[in-house]
Amino acid sequence: MIQLPSFLIISAIVFTLGIFTILYKKNAVGILMGVELILNSVNLNFIAFAKYVDVGINGQLVAIFIIILAASEAAIALAIILSLYRERATIDVTLVDEMKD
Amino acid sequence: MIQIALFIWLLPLAAFVINIFIGKRLPRKGDWVSIAAIGASLVLSSILLFRVITGYNPDFSLHASLHWINLGGFKLDMGFYIDNLAVIMVTMVSLVSFLIHVYSIGYMDGDPLYNRFYAYLSLFSFSMLGLVLWDNLFGIYMMWELVGICSYLLIGFYFTKDSAANAGKKAFIVNRIGDFGFLIGLLVVFNFLGTFNLIDIQQDIGRGLLSGGWLTAAGILLFAGAVGKSAQFPLHVWLPDAMEGPTPVSALIHAATMVAAGVYLMARLSFMLSFDAMMVVAFIGGFTALFAATIAITQNDIKRVLAYSTISQLGYMIMAMGVGAYTAGFFHLITHAMFKAGLFLGSGSVIHAVSHSMKKIGMEGDPNDIRNMGGFKNKMPITHWTFVIYALAISGIPFFSGFLSKDAILGGTLAFAMSQSNPVYYLLPIFGFVAAIITAFYMFRLIIKTFYGKPQLKKLYEHVHESPLTMTVPMMTLAFLCLYFIYTLPSLGPVGAENGWLMHLIQKPFSAVAVQLGRPVYGITPQAEHFAHVNGLIISIVFALTGIVLAFAFYFWKTINVEKFTEKIKPLYTLSLNKYYFDEIYGATFVKGLLVWNQILAWFDQNVIDGLVNLAGRVMRVFSVFDGLFDQYVVDGLVNAVADITLGFGRGIRKIQTGQIQNYILGALLGMVLIIILTMI
Repeated sequence: MIQLPSFLIISAIVFTLGIFTILYKKNAVGILMGVELILNSVNLNFIAFAKYVDVGINGQLVAIFIIILAASEAAIALAIILSLYRERATIDVTLVDEMKD
Repeated sequence: MIQIALFIWLLPLAAFVINIFIGKRLPRKGDWVSIAAIGASLVLSSILLFRVITGYNPDFSLHASLHWINLGGFKLDMGFYIDNLAVIMVTMVSLVSFLIHVYSIGYMDGDPLYNRFYAYLSLFSFSMLGLVLWDNLFGIYMMWELVGICSYLLIGFYFTKDSAANAGKKAFIVNRIGDFGFLIGLLVVFNFLGTFNLIDIQQDIGRGLLSGGWLTAAGILLFAGAVGKSAQFPLHVWLPDAMEGPTPVSALIHAATMVAAGVYLMARLSFMLSFDAMMVVAFIGGFTALFAATIAITQNDIKRVLAYSTISQLGYMIMAMGVGAYTAGFFHLITHAMFKAGLFLGSGSVIHAVSHSMKKIGMEGDPNDIRNMGGFKNKMPITHWTFVIYALAISGIPFFSGFLSKDAILGGTLAFAMSQSNPVYYLLPIFGFVAAIITAFYMFRLIIKTFYGKPQLKKLYEHVHESPLTMTVPMMTLAFLCLYFIYTLPSLGPVGAENGWLMHLIQKPFSAVAVQLGRPVYGITPQAEHFAHVNGLIISIVFALTGIVLAFAFYFWKTINVEKFTEKIKPLYTLSLNKYYFDEIYGATFVKGLLVWNQILAWFDQNVIDGLVNLAGRVMRVFSVFDGLFDQYVVDGLVNAVADITLGFGRGIRKIQTGQIQNYILGALLGMVLIIILTMI
C-alpha cells in the first residue's frame, strides 16, 4: 500500500525540479515548463491530501481549478513569448533585461 | 409726531439719493425732486409747529429712540428729542431751505452742474434737520460733520475756480480745528457719564457725576465746535472766503442755518455750562460781534460785507447764550435767519443782474464789487424794497423783527452786567451796543452804495434788470417774515416780544449745573432786569438811528467827506480793510510755522531717520556676506553630504537590480529558506 509520505516526497522532488528549472533555464519556454512542474507538484499534494485526509472533495476541486489556471497561464505566457520572439528574434531571458535599473 | 419728524428728516435724503444718481436724466434735471422733498418737509414741519403753538406749552417735549449700536459695554441709541426749540428750528430750516431751493431755479439756471447743486442742497437739508432733531451728542456730531462736508462741497461748487476750491478747503480745515475740540469735549462727557444722550447727561450732571474743572472744560471744548461752525473769533476766517460759493448757498448755509448750528448747539447744551464756561462763551461772542462789525464797514464786496455782518450777528447770539439770555439768543437766531437769508438773496439778485449785464456789454470784472453799482433802486424795485426791509430789521429799527430780538439780547446782557459785582462784565453790553451802531452804519452804507446815488458805470447800469419771479417771491416771503408782528402774536405791541408765542414757548431750560450747585449759576436781579429792559430799549433805538444817520451823512448827503475822513483815520481804515490782517497772521504763524516745522521734520527724516535706516542696511549687508559664506560652506555642505551619501548608497544598491527575473526568484527563495531556518531555531 502506498502511503501519503511517498506522494509528498514525489511532490517535493517535482517542486524542486520546477524551481531549479525556473532558476537556471535560459529558454523562456523552459521556464514555463518549470512553472507547470511546480503547479503539478502542488496538484499532486492536493490530491494526496484529499485521498488520505478527510477533507471531502475540496482537494480535487482545487486541483481542477489549478489545471484550468495552468492552462490559461500557459496560453498567456506563450503569447508573451511569441511576441517577445517577434520583437527580439530570441527567447533567451538573460538577453531581456529592460527592467534593469 | 415722531413719525412726522422722521419724514421731515428723511425726505431730503431720498431726494439727494435720487438726484445724485439719476438727476441728470430727469426732466428739468431733477430740481423738482429736491424742491418737492423739502416742500413736503416744510409742510410737515408746519404741522408740527402748528401743534406746538396750539398746545402752547413751554415744557412740551417728546423723546423716542431705538437701539442702534451695542458693543460690549458701549450702548448707543438713535432717537429724536423734539421740544419747542427743535420744532421751531426745524420749521425755520425747512422754510429757508425751501425758499432757497425755489430761488435757485432762477439763480442757477443753465449751470452745467444744476442737478448736482440740488443734490447737495438736499443732502444739506437732511443733515441740518438731523442735527436739530437728534437726541444725542454723538448723532449731533455726525450730522455736524455732514453739514460741514456739504458746506465744503457747496463752497467749492465752482471748483474749476482756484479761489473757490481753496475757500472750500479753508472752510473745511478751519472747521476741523473747532470740531476737534468738540470731539474731545464729547469724549470728556462720555468718559465721565458713559452716555451721549442729552436727557441722561442733564440728569447725571444734576447728580454731580461731572463737576468742577472737568465740567467747565467739557463746556468750553464743546463750545470750540460752535466757534468753528459759527465762525467766531479766532476761527472766523473761513466764513468770508466761503462767499466764493453760489449766493443761494451763502444764504442757506453761511447765513441762516449751518452757521447757526453752533448757536443751536449752545442752546441745547446751555444746561451744562458752568459759570466760567459761560463767561468764555459770552466774551468770545461779544468780542466777535464788535470785531466783525468793524471789518464790515470797509469791505467793498457786497457778499463779504454780509459775511462779516453774519459773523457779528452770530457773535450776538453766542454772547446771549453766554450771559444766559437763552430765549433772546434763540429768538435772534430765528429772526436773523430770515433777514440774513433775505439779504443774501437780495445781494444774489443784484449780483445776478450785474453779471448778466457785464456779459452783455462784454465787461470783465467782479460782479460783487459795490463800487461798480449805484442807483439800482429804479431798475430793481422789488430787490431794493425787500433789501431795505431786511436792513431795517438787522439794524434794529422798531416794527421789524430784528429790533425785538436784538433788544432782548442787549437788555439781557445789560441786566447780566448790572447783576454782577465786577465791572469788567460791563464790557459785554458795551460790545453789543457799539456793534449795534456799526451794524446800522455798514448796512446802510451798503444800501446807499448799491441802490442810491448816481450809477457808477452808466453802461452797466443800463442793462441791469429785475430778477425773475422765482427769485423775487422768496425774497418777498422773507421780507414779510421780517415784520415784527409775526413774532409778537398774539399781542401786537411793537416794543417787545415777551408776550409773543415764540418767547413764551422757548423758556430757559433748567440748568443742571444749578441743580448740582444748589443755587443759580448767577442771579439776575429783577431790578436790573427791569432797568435794563427799559434803558436797553431806548439805547438800542437811539444807537441804531445814529448808525443810519451817520451812513446817510457819509454816503448820501455827503455832509462828511469820506475820503478826508478815512485819510484822518488811515491806520484804522487800513486795518479794517485788511480784516486786521488775520489771514496774513494765520498765514505767517500757523501756515508758515507748519511749513517750517515740516521742513525741519523733512530734514530730520532725511538725515536722521534715513541715516539710521541706511546704517542698519549697511550693517545688514556686511553681516549678510558672512551669512552667505556660512550658508555656502556649512549649510550647503551638510545638504550636499547627505545627497552624496544617498547617491553612493544608491549606486551600490542598483547593481542588485539586474532585470533578470530568475535572480529575483533566487533571492526570494533564499529569503524563504532563511525564514524557515529562523523559525526552526
